Amino acid sequence: MTEISGGPFVVATILKVVVFFTLLILSIALGTYMERRLAAFIQDRSGPNRVGPIGLLQVVADGLKNLLKEETWPSAAYKGFFLLAPALALIPGTILFAVIPFASPAPTRWGYVDMIVADVPIGVLYILAIASLGVYGVVMAGWSSGSKYAFLGGLRGSAQMVSYEVGLSLSLVPVLMLAGDVRVPEIVTLQQHYPGDATTLGVWLVAPLLVGTFLFYLTGLAETNRLPFDLPEAEAELVGGYHTEYSSMKFAVFMMGEYGHLITTAMLVTVFFFGGWDIPFWSGDNIRVAADGSLIGEPAWWKTLLTLIAFVIKGGLVFATFIWVRWTLPRFRYDQLMDLGWKFIIEFVTIYIIVIAVAIYALDRAGLAFGPAYAAALLGVNVVLAVLLFFLFDRGRLIRGAGREAEREARRRLLEARRQVRQQTLSHALGESARLATTADDSSEEGR
Amino acid sequence: MTESYLGIVILGAVGILNAALIIGLSQLVGSVRPSAVKSSPYESGMPPLGGTRERFSVNFYIVAMLFIVFDIETIFLLPWAVVFRDLPLEGFLAMVIFLDVLGVGLVYAWKKGALEWD
Repeated sequence: MTEISGGPFVVATILKVVVFFTLLILSIALGTYMERRLAAFIQDRSGPNRVGPIGLLQVVADGLKNLLKEETWPSAAYKGFFLLAPALALIPGTILFAVIPFASPAPTRWGYVDMIVADVPIGVLYILAIASLGVYGVVMAGWSSGSKYAFLGGLRGSAQMVSYEVGLSLSLVPVLMLAGDVRVPEIVTLQQHYPGDATTLGVWLVAPLLVGTFLFYLTGLAETNRLPFDLPEAEAELVGGYHTEYSSMKFAVFMMGEYGHLITTAMLVTVFFFGGWDIPFWSGDNIRVAADGSLIGEPAWWKTLLTLIAFVIKGGLVFATFIWVRWTLPRFRYDQLMDLGWKFIIEFVTIYIIVIAVAIYALDRAGLAFGPAYAAALLGVNVVLAVLLFFLFDRGRLIRGAGREAEREARRRLLEARRQVRQQTLSHALGESARLATTADDSSEEGR
Repeated sequence: MTESYLGIVILGAVGILNAALIIGLSQLVGSVRPSAVKSSPYESGMPPLGGTRERFSVNFYIVAMLFIVFDIETIFLLPWAVVFRDLPLEGFLAMVIFLDVLGVGLVYAWKKGALEWD
């Protein structure tokens, strides 16, 4: 079966864009709902459960409310940039998914259709390029608002996003070394199990690149300004950060952009490290495009649907862990955040790339063919690295936190302050009672 | 191969249209009752003091400059990674030397205090 081409190709592309874009907007809405419900679950509350069945229409109600609210225009704002900023935050978040395959190719009368908006040869590079555009929305919102909080939030946001972008791109290098291609469908194929085929690995990349998965996940959270890295909008310090001055729909657009980016990050983690649309322990979904453009395997519509469901489940689980992390961990301090980015992640990823490169080189020279055994050997290397990382290095040395000394000092100060307060209250009370006593005495004297 | 970019072009157009539509619609539909107090910059309920786009820490500039250096490192690393398994040993060593030079630069910046925040 050959790939769809000509007029049918154009029609198919338009259809795919419309369908997948709608699905993304829908999943952004569902994502906000899911976040609120899971947050409520973690905090032992009910969460939104009144509008529609189990609160599902809450999103619609919120959207309508935001649409009808007043758009405020701060007098100190630069109007044009102020209006442009939310759009620039939303657009990258909604077009990032173009190169991600969602399901196995589907057969049609005119040829097979890839379940991917654009199967471009630059693949991963497109993702890195578009993802980094998100910073413009943040910095423009912060600068044009004309508010100090927004300004500081925008500054922090831009510094954080560029710092972690380096780590994010570098943590993808091991994936590309194994895949040997930047096209995303090739990375999915790499993780599928073809017995006896020495071009695929046969296991999800989370196994051979365990530490890399962790690093990508971490930098992905930082890149999307998610807790524990949400310093740009730290509400305890900066009110609302870069979107302090935004109200109604423009504020909602920032939120949509954030969730769009977050959902795409969940998809990226799925595609790069958890097999994409691959269904584990089933060879029926072994469908891939050969070098000459023809299709290997037996495509079917029900397989496309099944793999799409698998992809949604995997992506949903990754997204759920994002929410879990957000409602579990406290926020970093800004210097800790920059220290983590510049003094640890960049160095560590670089060392990791070299270690994995040496391992791949050694395994290739040892004559080991690509396959589960190859992945197991790499997993061993990763486990050693993970042990080194967590049990030798990270004992309060890498990330300079408050530290034991500072903690003890803080506790001492707190106790001292409490003691003082108690004493003051006590002496105040004593003085008061003494005063009352004297007044009583005076009055009694007067009465006499 | 060029026609595979069609999807990105259409998606980009849809994305821009979507953002314009949402923001534009709320400008039309939302109520408008501006007042001087409402449109003053938010500063915890106080009248704003001083300018808003003031001088800020030089560290942000340094981070931006370091970012450019390391982003270029990434640009060199990505194509190297793709062809890595076909490269002879020299290809690997060349990249290690490149990373070492960059590492020396990072250590210099670190020792100079470019990465310190207070």
